[in-house]
Order: sequence, then C-alpha cells, then structure tokens
Amino acid sequence: MSIFSGLGALGRGLFSDNKGPWGQAPGDGGGDEPPSGGNQGPWGDTPKRRRRADQASGNNISSLDEWLQRSKQRLGGGGGGGLPEGAGGNLVKFAVLGIVVLWLLFTTMHRIAPEERGVVTRFGRYSHTLTPGIGLTLPAPIDRVQKIDVENIREINLGSASEETLMLTGDQNIIDIAYQVRWKISDPELFLFELAQPEDTIKQVAESVMRQVVANVSLQGAMGAQRGVIEGLVAQEMQQTLDGYKAGVSIQGVAIRQADPPAAVNDAFKEVTAAQQEAESYVNQATAYALQLKQKAQGDATAFDKVYEQYRLAPEVTKRRMYYETMERVLQGVDKTIVEAPGVNSYLPLNELKRSPVREPAQ
Amino acid sequence: MTGFVRRHPLMSGIIAIFALFLVMSSFTVVPETRQGIVVRFGKPVRIVNSYDVKRPFGSVGAGIAWRIPIAENVVWLDKRVRDIDMERQQVLSTDQLRLEVDAFARYRIVDPLRMYIAARTEDRVETALRPILGSQLRNELGKRPFASLLSPEREGVMENIQAGLNRVAHQYGVEIVDVRIKKADLPDGTPLQSAYNRMITARQQEARSIRAEGAKRAQIIRAEADADAAKTYAASFGKDAAFYDFYRAMQSYQITFLGDANNKPAPTTVILSPQNDYLKEFSGR
Repeated sequence: MSIFSGLGALGRGLFSDNKGPWGQAPGDGGGDEPPSGGNQGPWGDTPKRRRRADQASGNNISSLDEWLQRSKQRLGGGGGGGLPEGAGGNLVKFAVLGIVVLWLLFTTMHRIAPEERGVVTRFGRYSHTLTPGIGLTLPAPIDRVQKIDVENIREINLGSASEETLMLTGDQNIIDIAYQVRWKISDPELFLFELAQPEDTIKQVAESVMRQVVANVSLQGAMGAQRGVIEGLVAQEMQQTLDGYKAGVSIQGVAIRQADPPAAVNDAFKEVTAAQQEAESYVNQATAYALQLKQKAQGDATAFDKVYEQYRLAPEVTKRRMYYETMERVLQGVDKTIVEAPGVNSYLPLNELKRSPVREPAQ
Repeated sequence: MTGFVRRHPLMSGIIAIFALFLVMSSFTVVPETRQGIVVRFGKPVRIVNSYDVKRPFGSVGAGIAWRIPIAENVVWLDKRVRDIDMERQQVLSTDQLRLEVDAFARYRIVDPLRMYIAARTEDRVETALRPILGSQLRNELGKRPFASLLSPEREGVMENIQAGLNRVAHQYGVEIVDVRIKKADLPDGTPLQSAYNRMITARQQEARSIRAEGAKRAQIIRAEADADAAKTYAASFGKDAAFYDFYRAMQSYQITFLGDANNKPAPTTVILSPQNDYLKEFSGR
C-alpha cells in the first residue's frame, strides 16, 4: 500500500508539475491568458486550476510561486516511495532534458555522405530525399531517414570455378559458364519501396537473361568470339527487365569470367586443339620441303647453266674432259677387272658379284 | 479534474494509461511498402494505401491512418513486387525430348480486398499460384519442339504463360508482372549423357576434318613445290637436251659409284672390256 501511495504521490507530482506530454487534459485552449514566464508546459495552465489558484491568493505570480513550491514539496516529501530530495529531482530532470536534447540532435540532423542519399519517410509516407551534406528533418518517430549508398557498385557472382553452371546453347550444346553482374542503386526510393527482395530479384533476372542470351548463340560463339556481344546483350536486357519492375537499379556491366565446355567433354575439345596443332605441323613440314626443293632446283639449274655456258664455247673438248675426269674419279674408287681377249672367260667370284651387281659404265 | 486526480491517484493513473492506449491504438503508421485492410470484427471495411500505378510515392496513401480501437484491426499486405519461385518442372516437347525448367514469376497485389478474402496471406497466394505456374509452363512449352524450348522468349511463349497465369491470379487480386525461365537444363542421366556424347563425337569429327584439311594443305604445298622445281629444271635443262643427258650421266656415275656427301655406295667391282670406249687407247691403235 505504501508503494501505491508513493506512486500516487509521484503521479500527482508529475501531473501538477506540468512536465509530462499528456499531463494536462486536452481541450484547454490555453489562449485566454498569455502563459507566464515560469510556466514550463506548452499549453499553459488549465483555466480551472488557474481559477482555483486565483481564489487561493488573488495574485497571479505569487500564486504560481506558491504552487511551484507546493509541488516541489509534494515531490520531495511524498511518502516512502517518493524522491528523497529536491536536488536529486533536479538531476533526473536534467538527465531527462539532456537525453531529449541529444535525441533531438541525433534524429533531426543527418550527415549525408557524398555517395549517399537519405530517403525521408514521415510516418511511413515518403517525404523527400536528402542530398549529400547536412539534412534537417523532424525528430525520430515522425521522420525516419534511410541512408542509401548510390555510388557503391555491388557485385553478384553467378557460377563458380568449383561448381559447374551448365547452360544450353543455341546449337543444343552445353556450356559451363560463370559470370559477374555489377550494379548500383540508381533510384533509392524505387529501390526501397518497389521490390520485396531486390538482390534476389537481380540475381534471378541475371540468371534468366543469361540463359536466354546464351540459348541464342552457338557454343563456339559463347566460348570465344561472341563473349563481348553476350555481355552487352545481357546487361541491356537485364536493365530493361528491371526497369519493368521499377527496381531503381542500374546495371553497370556483366562480365563472363569463364565459358568452357563441361568437364565431361573437355577431352574431346582438347583433341580438337591437338588436331589443329597437328594440321599446322603438317603444313609446316610441307613448307619446309617446298623451300628445300626450290633451293635445290635453283642450285642444280644454275650449276647446269654455268657449265653449259662453258660447254658452248668448246663443246667437244669440254665433253671429253668431263668424261675423263668423271671416269677417273669413278674408276679410282672401285675394284676393276679388265678382260683382255673376247674369248676368254675369267673366273668370277660369285659371292662378291651377288653383293655388288656389275654395272656397265659408259657405252 | 485536478481534484479528482488528487483524490483518486491510482484510478486516474489507470484511466490515463487507458486513454493513452486508446489514442495510440486509434492511429497506425502506414509505410510505403505495405497496404492495409482495416477489418472490423473480421469484416473488411476500408483499405489504406492500396496500390495504384499512377500514384507516385509520397502523395497519398502511406502516412498515418486511423481506426477504431479494439473493434478494428489492420491486416497488412505487401505493396511491393514479390516473387513466386517455382520448383523444377520437367517439360516434354512435341518431339518427346525432356527439359528441366526452373521459372519464376513476379507479382504484385493490386486488389488487396479480393486478395484478403481469397487467400488472406501472401504465402497462401504463392502456394496457390505455384502449381498453376507449373502447369501453364508445361502446357505452353509442351506444344513446341525441343529446339524452340531453348529460346521461348522469341516466340511469345512467356507472354502466353503470363496471360494464362494472370487469369488465375486475377481471382486472387494479384497481377503477374513478369514470368521468366531461370534455367532450362537437360535432365541428368540419359538425356544429358547423350548430349555429351553428341558433343564429343562432334568434336572428334571436327578434329578429324582439321587433320585432313592440314594434310591436304601440306600435299598441295608439296605438289606446288615439285611443279616449281620441274619448271626451273625444264627452263634450264631444255636449252640443250643432248648435253643435259651427258652432264646428268656424269653426275649419276659419280653418285652411283662414289656416293655423295651423305651416302657411301656399296663396294663395286667393275669388269671392263678392252673394247670399252674409255679403254680404247689401251690397245694402242
């Protein structure tokens, strides 16, 4: 019971102290008399109470002083549960005041960094967007500010080197593809209010658009030559789709990090590369042969031409000279047998003849 | 008033708290991202902040809304574009090939009242629409050959699916914003394996043709070289066929019996007759 009475006293004290936000009954206008200097409440005193105070002491100011004093007394010595003394009460008041000031300071002033925008909602309704600098708003429960970074380029990575992300290409082949989407928030209000799961949405759209674009190119194109085209098309198509959702997102770029045949068929693709190398080496060998042959033919022809020039000057002598010189060289290095008389048959070593068949030199 | 408070502190405190509660509960904050249905004893009476295409943010709708305390409460529905993610579906094309399709739809609640009456929560709408999305997808894709399933966007299939889904979605007060196919893969097992085999054989074929093509090029290069050499020889040797015959014979003897820089010939034994032209002076005539 003592606690209750204490609470009651505290309640009374608070009420009559005129500090609480709902301390005074509504409907008191507060306009019939200008509020006096010592009055701390926003709406002044109720006429009813004022009348009563007037009756008590006739003088307005003194009655107010008296009333303040009385309320202090009430606060100070109100039963067991009340505050022990006036100084402590002041401290609490200052603390509360300090908290209120801090709270106002923190919730009305907003520092918006250069890359940020502050989306202000007043009781949930979109009010305006703060640009970089210091922005002022109403305090917290009324205005709320959501800071959105509009310059930061975010990345979504789809597919990875460790796991296969298979897609069907236009020629019904399968490709393992990994890519990255870079995006940023272009319209913070739309981004906050239009999509339930913006990041998931972007990811799903990226997957679907990539599938769509890859399904329209050939495997060879997707693996090599048309990568740039694919990246451009995906970015463009994603932007269109997201604009259709009013996502407030701008696609900065799509990069294909990897576009390879699946592991199961990789060997066959390597074989193609090997075949290309092999074909190239065939050609190289043939080219080498051609060069060699050309040089040889030119050398032979030139040698013949030179000798022929000399031969033309003295045909008979040159021919005989060449004949003897050649025969000399030839017969010098071989075993020779001369059979003198036509009727004589010499013994021929057959084993040697077998090894080296007889050749008839010149006629 | 003050007198009453002084006389009945406990009572007045309770009354104040109750009044506060009443005031607080008769106002509610409507954010931009939600639309609300005010329900009086289970009966929907008003809609706050319902979706309207033409209305930009911050005009009307969101903000503070009132309601009768205790009697009315507000049911919140999402105002944003939401996602229905379908489970994988196997689709059979007209040429009896299978494809596993993963799709999603994006929707928005455009008629909160109807949506509340028909389904109450977003989850239930999604559960209701998911199988319909699946069957629409199967129906539309099943009418087409496999080749055109790979890029259904080209033939307006997605529009048909969206329209079909929208007819049902309309009964739930929901509008389908977009339907897209996220993945279209060959099912694991035989279809995937046969696709791999096809890729492998195609590559092998390519490898062979590349090799053959290389061999062909090599052959042509060799033949051209031979022809060039023949031309060079003919131009030079054709000047005097008789002398060429003699010249080449001399070279030939030398190479045959003595070898050239690379090859040594087998040892040779020559049996000469004194009638031989080379030995004609031997007889001393």
